[in-house]
Amino acid sequence: MAVTAEPVKADLREPAGWRRTKSRIATALMVLSFVVVIIPLGFVLYTVIAKGASVVGWSFWTSGTIPPNVLPLGTGGMGAAILGTLEITALATVMAVPLGVLGAVYINEYGGKGALASVVRFMADVMTGVPSIVMGLFIFSIWVVHFGFSGLAGAFALGCLMLPIVIRSSEEMLKLVPNSLREGSYALGATKARVTLTVVLPAAIGGIVSGALLAVARAAGETAPLLFCILTVFTPNYNPFHGPDTALPLQIFSNASSPFVGAQGRGWGAALTLIAIAFILMIAARLITARFVRYSR
Amino acid sequence: MDSEQNVVKAELPKPAALQDTQRSEAAFSGEGAPVFDAKNVSIFYGSFRAVTDVSLTIYENEITAFIGPSGCGKTTVLRTLNRMNDLVPGARVDGAVDYRGASLYAPGVSATAVRRRIGMVFQKPNPFPKSIYDNVAYGPRINGERKKSRLDEIVERSLHQAALWDEVKNRLNASGLGLSGGQAQRLCIARTLAVEPDVVLMDEPCSALDPIATGKIEDLMHEIKSRYTIVIVTHNMQQATRVSDRTAFYSVLRDEKSDTRTGVLVEYGTTQQIFEDPHDTRTQAYVTGRMG
Repeated sequence: MAVTAEPVKADLREPAGWRRTKSRIATALMVLSFVVVIIPLGFVLYTVIAKGASVVGWSFWTSGTIPPNVLPLGTGGMGAAILGTLEITALATVMAVPLGVLGAVYINEYGGKGALASVVRFMADVMTGVPSIVMGLFIFSIWVVHFGFSGLAGAFALGCLMLPIVIRSSEEMLKLVPNSLREGSYALGATKARVTLTVVLPAAIGGIVSGALLAVARAAGETAPLLFCILTVFTPNYNPFHGPDTALPLQIFSNASSPFVGAQGRGWGAALTLIAIAFILMIAARLITARFVRYSR
Repeated sequence: MDSEQNVVKAELPKPAALQDTQRSEAAFSGEGAPVFDAKNVSIFYGSFRAVTDVSLTIYENEITAFIGPSGCGKTTVLRTLNRMNDLVPGARVDGAVDYRGASLYAPGVSATAVRRRIGMVFQKPNPFPKSIYDNVAYGPRINGERKKSRLDEIVERSLHQAALWDEVKNRLNASGLGLSGGQAQRLCIARTLAVEPDVVLMDEPCSALDPIATGKIEDLMHEIKSRYTIVIVTHNMQQATRVSDRTAFYSVLRDEKSDTRTGVLVEYGTTQQIFEDPHDTRTQAYVTGRMG
C-alpha cells in the first residue's frame, strides 16, 4: 500500500525567535522616530497656518509701512519686511554662492591634498559651527561701526553664514562626480579648467543648486545676525546699500513680543509668509535640479 | 616533461586571426613607421615600482595588444603613452618614451597636446551626462570648433565609424547615459575618433561587454585601423589573436628577497609568433593557459 507523502509547504517566514524580535523592535523604533520628528513639524505648520492664514493676503504683502503695534489687524502689513528680506537674502546669495562654489571647486579639483585646500576645508567647518549671532557681531564690529546700519551689512552677515554651507554641500556634490568622467575629458585633450567647466560642474550642478538654495532658505530665516546689522525700521527701504532696513524674522520677533493683539496677528502673518518663501525656494530647487539633471538618465 | 609539453601544444587553439589570410598578409607585409618607441621605461607610483625596464616599438596602422596577468603593468604602460598617469599623484616615468621622434616626457611637452593626438578608450564606458550629440561633439568643441554644420558632419562621421549611427540617429538629443553597455562603449569610441587622433589607446574596452557587443567593437577596430594606430590592453587572449598584429606579453616579477613585485615585458613579437612559437617559457605557459 503506497503512502502518498503530503507535500509540505515551505515556510519562508522569518523564523520565530530573537532575530524576528530584533526586526520588530527595529521597525517599531523607526516608526517611532518618524512620528517624533513629524509631530513638532506638523504642530508648527498647523499653528502658523491657523493663526496666520486669516492675516495674510495681497494687501498684507504689499502694504508699505508696518503699522505701530497698537493698531488692530487689517491696518497695513509686512510689505517693508518682505522687501527687506528679499533684498538682503538676494545680496547675500550673490556674494556667498559664487564664492562658495569656487571654493569647493578649488578644494576638490585643484587643491587636492595640499595645505591650502586643507586649511580652507577646515575653516569652512569651523565657520559652520560659529553661532549666527557671533557673525552679526563680527559684521557689526568691522562694518556697521564704520559705515552704519544697512541691508548690505545684513547681507554680509548672512553671506558669512551661507558660505560654509555652500562650500561643503558643493564639495560633496563634486566628490560624487566619478573620476572616469574627468579622465574621459582629459583623454580628449581637455585642460583642467575645461574639464572642470564642461564636465565636472555640469555633472554636479543639480546638487550644487539644491545645496545653495537650502543655504538661502536657512539665511532667509535668520534673526540674530540681522539685529546688529540692519537695525529694525518700519518703513520700506528701497536702497539696501544705505540706511537701516527691516526683515521678516526681525518683525516676527518684535511683533510677537508685543502685548497687542493686532501686532501678534501680524507676527503670525509674517511667520507664515517666511515659511511660504522658504517653501517656494525648495520647490524652485527641485524644479531647477530636475531641469539640470535631464541627461543623467 | 617533453610529452607534457607536446600535449599542451596540441591543445593550443588556432588563432582566428591567422585564418584571415588578408589580415595576416597585412600584418606581416613589413613594418610601418614607428609611432611609439619606448626604451628602458620604468614607471613608479610613489616608491612603488609598478613597471620595470620596458622597451618596445609600436608601429603605424597596426593593432598592438598588451596581454598578461593582473598586476603586470600593461595598463600602466598604456597610460604612459598619452600621459594619463600624470593625473595620478606620485606617478613618475623613468627612461625614454618617444612618439614620432619627439620625447613625450621632455620638459615643455604639454600633456594636453599629447592627448589630443593620442586618444583613449577606458575599461568602463564613461559617456558624459550629456546628449549623445554633445558627447561626440565634446572633443571638437574643446578644440575650438564652433560651426554647427561642421559639428553635425563630425558627429555623423564619428558615429558611423563607431558603427553606432544607425542605432542612435533618431535620438541624438537623448542622454548618453541611456545607452546599453556596448552602445555606450561605442559612443566613447566615437567620441575619441571625433577629434581625429593619430593613436587610439584602448584599456580592456570589451571587458564589460557581452560577446555580441565585443564582436562589434572588434569589427570596428579592423575597420578603423587603416587610419589609426591602435594599442589595446586585453585579458582575453582570443581577442588578442582575433584583432592584433603584434602582441606584447607582460608578467609579474617577484623579488623574493624584498618581497616586492613589478611588471616586466617578457616577450614582444607578431601575434602569430607569440601564440604559435613563443620563445619564453612564461609566455608559452600563459598563452596555453597553464599560468594565469
